Amino acid sequence: MTPDKRKDLLKMSAIWAFILVELAFFSIIGDRLSVSDKAFMDFENMLLLLKQSAPIGIIALGMTVIMINGNIDLSVGATFALAAIVLLESMTWPFMQTLGDWAIPLAWLFALLTGVAMGAINGLIVWKTGVDAFIVTLGAMLGFRGLVFMFNGEQPTSHLNWTLVDFAEAQFLGLHTATWFLLATALLLWLLMTKTVHGRNAYAIGNNREAAVNAGIRVGPHFLLNFMLIGFLAALSAVVFYSESGSVNPNDGMLYELWAITAVVLGGTKLAGGYGSIISTLGGVIAIQLLRKGLGHVGADTQTVNLVIGLILIAVLILDRQLNRKGQEELKI
Amino acid sequence: MKLTKQSVGTFLAKQGILVAFAVFMIGFALANQRFIDIDNIAGVIRSSAILGVMALGVTFVVIGGNLDLSVGSMMSFSTIVVLDLHDKIGPALAIPAMFGLTLLLGAFIGFLVGYLKLNSLIVTLGMLSAIHGLTLTWSGGKNMDIADKSGTWFSVFGQDRLLGIPMPILIFALLAAILGLVMAKTPFGRKVYAVGGNGQAATFSGIPRARIVFFTYLVSAFCVATAGLLQASRSLGSQNTVGQGMELEVLAAVILGGASLLGGSGTIFKTVIGVLILGFIQNGLLLVGLDFYVQYIVTWAIIILAVWLDVAAKRGSLWSPIA
Repeated sequence: MTPDKRKDLLKMSAIWAFILVELAFFSIIGDRLSVSDKAFMDFENMLLLLKQSAPIGIIALGMTVIMINGNIDLSVGATFALAAIVLLESMTWPFMQTLGDWAIPLAWLFALLTGVAMGAINGLIVWKTGVDAFIVTLGAMLGFRGLVFMFNGEQPTSHLNWTLVDFAEAQFLGLHTATWFLLATALLLWLLMTKTVHGRNAYAIGNNREAAVNAGIRVGPHFLLNFMLIGFLAALSAVVFYSESGSVNPNDGMLYELWAITAVVLGGTKLAGGYGSIISTLGGVIAIQLLRKGLGHVGADTQTVNLVIGLILIAVLILDRQLNRKGQEELKI
Repeated sequence: MKLTKQSVGTFLAKQGILVAFAVFMIGFALANQRFIDIDNIAGVIRSSAILGVMALGVTFVVIGGNLDLSVGSMMSFSTIVVLDLHDKIGPALAIPAMFGLTLLLGAFIGFLVGYLKLNSLIVTLGMLSAIHGLTLTWSGGKNMDIADKSGTWFSVFGQDRLLGIPMPILIFALLAAILGLVMAKTPFGRKVYAVGGNGQAATFSGIPRARIVFFTYLVSAFCVATAGLLQASRSLGSQNTVGQGMELEVLAAVILGGASLLGGSGTIFKTVIGVLILGFIQNGLLLVGLDFYVQYIVTWAIIILAVWLDVAAKRGSLWSPIA
């Protein structure tokens, strides 16, 4: 095993080790401080945790692809809200109501297509204008939110469809529908990034764009595809979440981009691109949700969660830097 | 200067934002007389002042080659702290105490980004969350209100006028003038440009990169504290989330002003123009009778067009060479 590979493995396992530490901490220490008499490691509790990780998790997985590719997407929260509105609104259209339950897959399709279209807009602009993705998606974050208000006005939109709610609350092999979507997304994206040409190219482009261009990789279409992918996933996240809740507020999804990026960075993906792993992001998502639940379990308020997550993010950054610096020193010898 | 196609192109790219501003103002003025009413103009600037003050500080950070996503969260902190301390130790002590605490936060970020050389986007993302937690801990999650709203002089900064000019405008203008001078005319300002333009070259020529970055975050924190003071003084009560989401709006104004996210370019004056454009577009679209959400969509288009023009002028072609 080369030192580089060993370091990678160490980094990949770091997030899972962190999760184990969290579990141990909240189970042992937590049970003494806990306000409820239920154990933290309760099976039901863990299942619920996975389900609650799904909305941000699905977006974070897509963000991993975008960031490996060397870009960033700040508009996912707005795309999420827009897809949610299309999902709920479209079911109230007259012709959709004549379809009965067949309206559901159609409404999903509309929502997902909305997400893909928004992603395509971002991707095309990044590709054709050469403006940095950070700026393009920062603008889109405002613009898409404008579209949300245009469709929806300032009032919440509600539409409960009980077939849909039943589906969203169903459990298959013990796992909730949302969890299945999260795991399936993780599996497919992992396959995409590790087993396909597109995935390898995405790493190559993120690692060194010039070199990738010189190697004959067409950078633009890869950008476009990845932005369409994250748009799709932001919409999928909305589909999964709002099928159950049935009510969307025009400000929903705000700051989701920042939570997703936090999870991705915790998972060790590099902001500069070219390095990262889908599975580690899944770890990052679970670690954050564990922290939320765990701190709640020991009776800490929500405010502490924000504080702790923020500080952990910075601590990870410092650790990562130390680790990398050590690696460089080894190289010198 | 001979008017060639190229020189017009360069002028548009360099001063495009001013041209666009002028076109917008004239267009809106023709569409609705009330737009150029002095009261309306004062109203727009006044309501942009808080965002504007924050944008001034972020301009320093961005020219220095970094980002600051924590300013919204930090502004909520300043607002809550000064309102809480107002009733506990009186406004005369509360204001310096709040400035001190906010500067401490800025110093912490400056230390992490400047001296430890950590990625500013992630550090300030972490601080966005952490400071939000801090604010909630301070307030216990409740809204903060001054008990005796009519019996305090604390409202002067947000509500009073001096020489007929609303105080927020005056403070914004004063701060912009001072920081503009610092940026353009002092050794510190030149060093900020140097560090942001080419950090390594700056280090080799003996500029203390870490210390300069550290100070840009202190400037940003000072501006945030001022914005928090204006906000608190204007409303005399506040939610914990008053500044939420402002970090990206501020960044939009700074980018609109032409500062490059890569650092090394931008000016305080252009940031002020960026802030005013956002404010006047919002106001103008409403006066023309369009719904409020149109401003978001227009802002989206303007941000991308502004940066696109800038990028296109630098590389000499409209479309990106990316295959």
